[in-house]
Amino acid sequence: MNPESYVVLACVLFTLGAIGVLVRRNAIVVFMSIELMLNAANLAFVAFARMNGNLEGQVIAFFVMVVAAAEVVVGLAIIVTIYRSRRSASIDEPNLLKY
Amino acid sequence: MNEMMPTPEIDYLPLLPMIIVAAAAVIGVIVEAFAPRRARRPLQLVLAFGSLIGAFAALVWQSGVRSTEVEGAVVIDGPSVILQGIVLLLAIVAALLISERTLDPAGDAFAPRASALPGSEDERQFTSRGYLQTEVWPLFLFSVLGMMLFPAANNLLVMFVALEVMSLPLYLLAGMARRRRLLSQEAALKYFILGAFSSAFFLFGSALTYGYAGTIQFSGIAEALTAQPGRSALLVGGLALIGVGMLFKIGAVPFHQWVPDVYQGSPSPITAFMAAAVKVAAIGALLRVLYVAFGGIRWDWQFMLWVIAGLTMLVGSIVAISQSDIKRMLAYSSIAQAGFILVGVSAASQAGLDASLFYLIAYGFTTMGTFAVVSLVRDSTGEATKISQWAGLGRKSPVLATCFAIFMLALAGIPLTSGFVGKFLVFEAALAADAIVVVLIGVLASIIAAFFYVRVIVVMFFSDPPEDGPSVVIPSAATTLALAISVAVTVILGVLPQPVLDLIEQAGVFLG
Repeated sequence: MNPESYVVLACVLFTLGAIGVLVRRNAIVVFMSIELMLNAANLAFVAFARMNGNLEGQVIAFFVMVVAAAEVVVGLAIIVTIYRSRRSASIDEPNLLKY
Repeated sequence: MNEMMPTPEIDYLPLLPMIIVAAAAVIGVIVEAFAPRRARRPLQLVLAFGSLIGAFAALVWQSGVRSTEVEGAVVIDGPSVILQGIVLLLAIVAALLISERTLDPAGDAFAPRASALPGSEDERQFTSRGYLQTEVWPLFLFSVLGMMLFPAANNLLVMFVALEVMSLPLYLLAGMARRRRLLSQEAALKYFILGAFSSAFFLFGSALTYGYAGTIQFSGIAEALTAQPGRSALLVGGLALIGVGMLFKIGAVPFHQWVPDVYQGSPSPITAFMAAAVKVAAIGALLRVLYVAFGGIRWDWQFMLWVIAGLTMLVGSIVAISQSDIKRMLAYSSIAQAGFILVGVSAASQAGLDASLFYLIAYGFTTMGTFAVVSLVRDSTGEATKISQWAGLGRKSPVLATCFAIFMLALAGIPLTSGFVGKFLVFEAALAADAIVVVLIGVLASIIAAFFYVRVIVVMFFSDPPEDGPSVVIPSAATTLALAISVAVTVILGVLPQPVLDLIEQAGVFLG
């Protein structure tokens, strides 16, 4: 299997994630889209590791997983707090800070 | 397969400052888990101040070392020592502000329990019992650790990890304000979503760069640039995405939308810390990425950075004029200041590096001081942040208003303040790089900015105080000391900048 196709797939996934962040309105879904972007980067790292013939990319993928897990902890804590005080996880509703 | 893996040689001494802060942060978490409630605050204070001062002492002790450590992952060179020193000093001042608990009758600036619903019975009980959220301290120390590692990272992976270690605690800290909790939580959500979005861009950019160069080491990327001349989509895309991630943290236009919301909603001591120290760390990291890894294609990024610096200065200055909230105005001012620093960065020369470092010191302490003043002007609902409420402050509290006036003049770049020397140096560096247009835009933006800085001074000194205006709280020793340090640095760097300039010049260049 040609590793270049995986790079293309990673780019597609990254773009889908970015579009998801921009158009979805539920904070959880937005957050999942961000995770999709991180995992797209992981896929790109692993595919490039194969193409470059070294292990760095695969090692990076492990680090990114740990960082993504930490991000989930922080992100869900914030989203749950917002949900409890507003009874909604929409990212359009908190709009007190403007102008 | 029975061969032993060679163990990496690590010289721990140059890394000692970071190790001290990391250890204190971890011990802080253990204190939170096991120490009795009454003992937590004193223990955390000892840990935080002890580790920050200890780390600074270790940094000074090891400041002569120039080396790459941990298999080339972390580099200790002149600029990184200077940047770590600035971060530590700013963190000490920020810790003084965070430790303050006499301003609010109910306690410090943080919610007694961030998990309690705003306005609920639980929250009232926690407040009346005088609970304090001491988890703030370990989070703060982890963030400082990230900021120290960020400009010292020598490959894209360490840089990404440092970016997250710096940011994740800040997302939480932004949402912990005691007053106006819905605003604070909203700030945390916005900061988190956009921050995570931008770090994903940084990571994907790193992946593309790795695909181009076959390595994530900055020196390796620089070698690949000379070995394979010509532009590839991977290289350009990687650099652009990495740039997006870093410019977001700096708050440059067009990635600045989060700055006013987050600065306004966060507790003021955290805003001060964010505005000052994050910018120092992120500019330091941006300098390293651009100068060390992508120095070979400087002609490609320099023009783009000029455009961004010009836009950032103009948008920040112009939008700040129309602000009626002092924290939002300071947020837009910090966007404009980021633009001035980027002018120094985009000069792509040793002079540009030195000018940016000096500007960061000047800007960091002045910003710290402005938010310290903001935290002192209060009414019954908390901080009084409407600029109209500040009318007549100069009569009520001449000392405080004078301090704020000095900070405003420094941010506007009036001679005899640190801001003037900083602006002079970055414009000089940009002129040496033939960026006349950018310098003209910078001068224009300074004039526009001077308008709203001076307007605050006029409101404070030349208008009558309103009947039900806010009162100025007499701070405890901690905030007084923080203010005194900020004023002293702002004035001394303006009158006698030479010793600091010499220090920066001696620090020298980035290690490849």
